[in-house]
Amino acid sequence: MVFSRRPRQLREPFAYASKLGFRLFFLATLVFLYAPIILLMVFSFNDSKRNIVWRGFTTKYYVKAWENTGLVEAFINSLLIAVVSTIVSIVLGTLLALLLWRFRFRGKTLIEALSALPIVMPEICVGIALLVFFNRIGWPNDLPWPMNLSKIILAHITFTFPFVMLVLRARLVGFNPELEQAARDLGASQRQALFHILIPYLRPGLVAGGLLALTLSLDDFVITFFTAGPDSVTFPIKIYSLLRRGISPDINAASTVLILLTLLLAGVGVWWQTRMQKTTLYTANRPAVQ
Amino acid sequence: MLETPQETFQARPGLFLVSAVPPLLWLALLFFLPLFLIWGYSFGEKRGLIDIEVVWTLQNYADALDPVYVKIFFRTLFYTALTTAICLIIGFPVALVVAFADERWKPFLLLLIVLPFWTNLLIRTFALMRILGRKGTINGILEKLHGSLDAALQFLGFAGLGTFQAVPMLFNHFGVVFGLVYVALPFMVLPLYAALERLDKSHLEASLDLGAGQIRTFLFVIVPMTATGIVSGLIITFIPTLGSFLTPDLLGGPDSAMIATIIARQFGDANHWPFGSAIAWLLVYVTFFLLALQAVFTARRESRLRQAGERATGQEHGAAA
Repeated sequence: MVFSRRPRQLREPFAYASKLGFRLFFLATLVFLYAPIILLMVFSFNDSKRNIVWRGFTTKYYVKAWENTGLVEAFINSLLIAVVSTIVSIVLGTLLALLLWRFRFRGKTLIEALSALPIVMPEICVGIALLVFFNRIGWPNDLPWPMNLSKIILAHITFTFPFVMLVLRARLVGFNPELEQAARDLGASQRQALFHILIPYLRPGLVAGGLLALTLSLDDFVITFFTAGPDSVTFPIKIYSLLRRGISPDINAASTVLILLTLLLAGVGVWWQTRMQKTTLYTANRPAVQ
Repeated sequence: MLETPQETFQARPGLFLVSAVPPLLWLALLFFLPLFLIWGYSFGEKRGLIDIEVVWTLQNYADALDPVYVKIFFRTLFYTALTTAICLIIGFPVALVVAFADERWKPFLLLLIVLPFWTNLLIRTFALMRILGRKGTINGILEKLHGSLDAALQFLGFAGLGTFQAVPMLFNHFGVVFGLVYVALPFMVLPLYAALERLDKSHLEASLDLGAGQIRTFLFVIVPMTATGIVSGLIITFIPTLGSFLTPDLLGGPDSAMIATIIARQFGDANHWPFGSAIAWLLVYVTFFLLALQAVFTARRESRLRQAGERATGQEHGAAA
């Protein structure tokens, strides 16, 4: 009995996920993906300049990174750029998603293809194109503090809002237009129908798209590198210039802070989305009564 | 699927304009106009330190055929092809595990693959520098192993291994390809997973029941049925890798320059904007070509599948009559 059951089980369910070899391979891939990042975070607390041997726990490199005013300024710049460009991206992305979902017009397929182009275009090409563009129109280089980040913000909005648009279009596929119609029949104005029916339905998409835009903006190096002026430094640009001079432990500390920040954002995103999906299931997404 | 409202401009002109003008104007001004501008510059000539005149010359494109640059193009192509191939070899088993995992675990496993993608690219590259360097983690471990092995051999009376030589893994071709694979792997896994997820598992059971082995089922059932996903994965990995700038810059040595390195140099030290614009547009053309290739492949496959479906239903009707 025992012998006759085993071979059939192995053949039938095609269970790749439960085969030892596949599991080990998957685990090895995770080690490959995570070990460098985890080691970086762990060794940011190491009391030694060398990064292999553990010499005891310290937070002195965090203090050192904090006292590095250039690094802190760059961090604040990055956050400001990310927040402003995310807000504008959400507005532009929502408008574009609504346009492509709601309307039928000539050249729609072309507009759809063109508006996804910033996502696939090589970053280096977008970066130098914007460099040449800002140079050509004579955008001033010596503006006072928050305004000197304007070029970077404009550039970030350009490559983030198509992502927001894609996330929202995926969400709109599941929206039942009869709901909006019902609201109108019950006496809601177009504005009310938009703000009380459609926008609440879109909220998980808005949060997901916004977090994506925020991360993409915080993350960007190449396009920022070409649009930043000499005195507008972002966090990745600062890290890059420090790295060119050699690896030092305070870069570990600063990097760890940013990793934890993005992990927090991703965590909030996942948590919020599962929560929203649960609640919207009973409000906007309910199928119309036949 | 739910129907989408198909309103026309005439029905809601106000809403149409409000939702169309800002985003499309933004794209036109800050994306297409700049790209068009460097397209013009690529036919231009340098007249002074910063003066450029568009004279519709092809000289910049001809300059790109210089053996120095052709060598870099081929190197870029080689790096990218190798990276894509390695990603496919690693990515397929990984995608299989996720796609065939228990439903409860799937979102979690997928999240594990995608999460590094949310970490800053520069920080990930820096993390690799710490691992691969002469005094990095891997060489540290190797040095320890070397030391213990050396001591053991000497204890047993053999000649020692001599002093430890660090394995060069950074600032060379190995470092660049390692970094490119590290960055691009999630790009490959996601489309493969999506294709495997859609796969009708009863076909696999049928193949096994009819006597094909696991390997034959993989090669003649899984691979052809997920071909669209494989092609998407290859192209989605290939395009960003082709335009990589940071990875060769930080992990490569003096002979690891890629296309983006040349472009960046023309806008930095070399200060030759028309030539840089020409190379950038060569990269854009290659990107367009690859996207078109993917679109054609997907369309042809879908039409073939539809034909096969129609034939099958036609035969059913014939049998019924």
